[in-house]
Amino acid sequence: MKIFDKLISSVVPLVDENIDTDQIIPARFLKATTREGFGENLFRDWRFDDQGEMIKDFPLNNKKYAGKILLAGKNFGCGSSREHAAWAIFDYGFRVVVSSYFADIFKNNALNNGLLPVQVSETFLETLFRNIEDNPRMEVEVNLKAQLIILPGMALSEPFEINPFKKHCLLTGKDEFEFLLDHLESIQEYEKRSFYTLETF
Amino acid sequence: MGKTLFDKVWNQHVVREINDGPLVLYIDRHFIHEVTSPQAFTGLKEKGLQVFRPKQTIATADHNVPTYDQHLPIKNALSRKQVSTLTENCKTYGIELYGLGHPFQGIVHVIGPELGITQPGMTIVCGDSHTSTHGAFGTIAFGIGTSEVLHVLATQTLLQYKPKTMQINVEGVLQNGVSAKDLILYIISKIGMGGATGYFVEYSGQAIRNLSMESRMTVCNMSIEMGARGGMIAPDKVTFEYLKNREFTPRGNALENMKSYWDSLKTDEDAVFHQELTFHADDIAPMITFGTNPGMGMGVDEKVPSSEHALNGETYSFDKSLNYMNIDAGKPLLGKKVNYVFIGSCTNGRIEDLRQVARVVKGRKKAPNITALIVPGSRQVEVMARKEGIDKILEEAGFELRQSGCSACLAMNEDKIPKGEYCVSTSNRNFEGRQGPGSRTLLASPLTAAYTAIKGYIADVREIL
Repeated sequence: MKIFDKLISSVVPLVDENIDTDQIIPARFLKATTREGFGENLFRDWRFDDQGEMIKDFPLNNKKYAGKILLAGKNFGCGSSREHAAWAIFDYGFRVVVSSYFADIFKNNALNNGLLPVQVSETFLETLFRNIEDNPRMEVEVNLKAQLIILPGMALSEPFEINPFKKHCLLTGKDEFEFLLDHLESIQEYEKRSFYTLETF
Repeated sequence: MGKTLFDKVWNQHVVREINDGPLVLYIDRHFIHEVTSPQAFTGLKEKGLQVFRPKQTIATADHNVPTYDQHLPIKNALSRKQVSTLTENCKTYGIELYGLGHPFQGIVHVIGPELGITQPGMTIVCGDSHTSTHGAFGTIAFGIGTSEVLHVLATQTLLQYKPKTMQINVEGVLQNGVSAKDLILYIISKIGMGGATGYFVEYSGQAIRNLSMESRMTVCNMSIEMGARGGMIAPDKVTFEYLKNREFTPRGNALENMKSYWDSLKTDEDAVFHQELTFHADDIAPMITFGTNPGMGMGVDEKVPSSEHALNGETYSFDKSLNYMNIDAGKPLLGKKVNYVFIGSCTNGRIEDLRQVARVVKGRKKAPNITALIVPGSRQVEVMARKEGIDKILEEAGFELRQSGCSACLAMNEDKIPKGEYCVSTSNRNFEGRQGPGSRTLLASPLTAAYTAIKGYIADVREIL
């Protein structure tokens, strides 16, 4: 997993609430057997019409906006568990998603792929949307070590929560999988007292 | 202080806790399918690992398979490759596969319970958000991403944080024509699609206790549509009766031993949930959704609300949603012409659902404008339906019973709803384009969907019950 420490970038805003993973990456693009290339179809049906023409005022296409931070309305990433959604956002070039809350599975998938979900208050989210509307190329700083999201030009900031373990993984690039693999002995020990490890088949 | 059902099952599965960190949670059963597993197997290969407990993982092909001519090679090259990749991976790693043609094949959340693989007190995961279905048996069951599929394959555990608990109590008795699907759509319409985010839900109360096992699965299935990690129902006599003589449930003394454990799986009287909600079954009518998230639902005979009534002030998304659906606020949906009906999915693709459909269509004819897809949730459901003559009843009414799979619920195969068309669907998600680019989904129960297929427009099934 790639290390995440600090990012200063302009922002692409999506004001919609409850953006589901079917919008992020429609199911018809889930036929691949590898992890690569999903960015091409990120928000496919919002970015392109049914003739394949670019929808110019959609924020990802709108030249006003650019950057590695995606800002979205609350409950981002709800719906299907497809990790392809996190892969697509990362592959497209985003490194941070900011919202007032995230669907649980998406949040976990993002963290497992070095994509940082930053949960802010509804008020701060509104402030961000408003300022970006006024100044589309405004830069925002996301500092993981300090757990702060900062609007450098405005002297505005808000702390954000992240689990210490997940933070450690992102800061060091360590995959939580490696950590689990270190526990195989205690897992075998556990199995001796479990009801259901008996082979069913 | 007493413990909730969730606490009891969770605590039972904690391998170890880590200071300031997640805990290692043991997973009893792991289901995999063709769409969310290939990259996990690639991860195993890259690290030179084996599947740690291959006998605790069960595979099926369901998401991306055709629902007719399943004996022939899959036409779409990418789909064919995805399914054959699953077959190869299962062979390489010694995993039991119920692939196309196998008598146990079907939607992963339909086959687990019907084969008796799903048992009370288990932890169950799958790379699919509707894994919450299995919670109907008093299991902790939840959807995971592909990275976590790899973790389970390699270690039979996951790193987890304990979610908060919520109790949803439904008192009273459901009225005639009101099913489990209506009950869960009603709850989601009240608390919204993010209303249970961060929580694990236990459903309780008279209306829940009165539900059959299959109806309980419908309720737990849609827990994810209000953001819950999962939903569960304490096992009782209904559960034990259902489990008897299933392919993989214990027999004789072994079953009696398990039963005494299963009996202990209930929330203690003095247990406290982080949040408790109560609803009344009398308030619930047959439901239908009008928007592009499952929380945008109403009684089928009501008028579509305007954005002033949007939950949590979500007015922008509400209006955008009505615009996508081309549905006007203030107008009823009854009588609205629809050309497509989909009956199936892990929500409503079980035998009980097909029986409800047969009850409505028997002796009637499909409306000429309707294209209907009726897709059994599994091969076993299909076989039962044919044995009971449901296929004949459907044929006489102008319908056809397909072969099993996820089908038009997510439209990965060729079962798609065309752009701009409405589909009354028994599935679980009405997201934009979910059933095909530009499609417009209205979620409802099998009874409502079947009656709509007869009338050719949205209709209230209570008229004929």
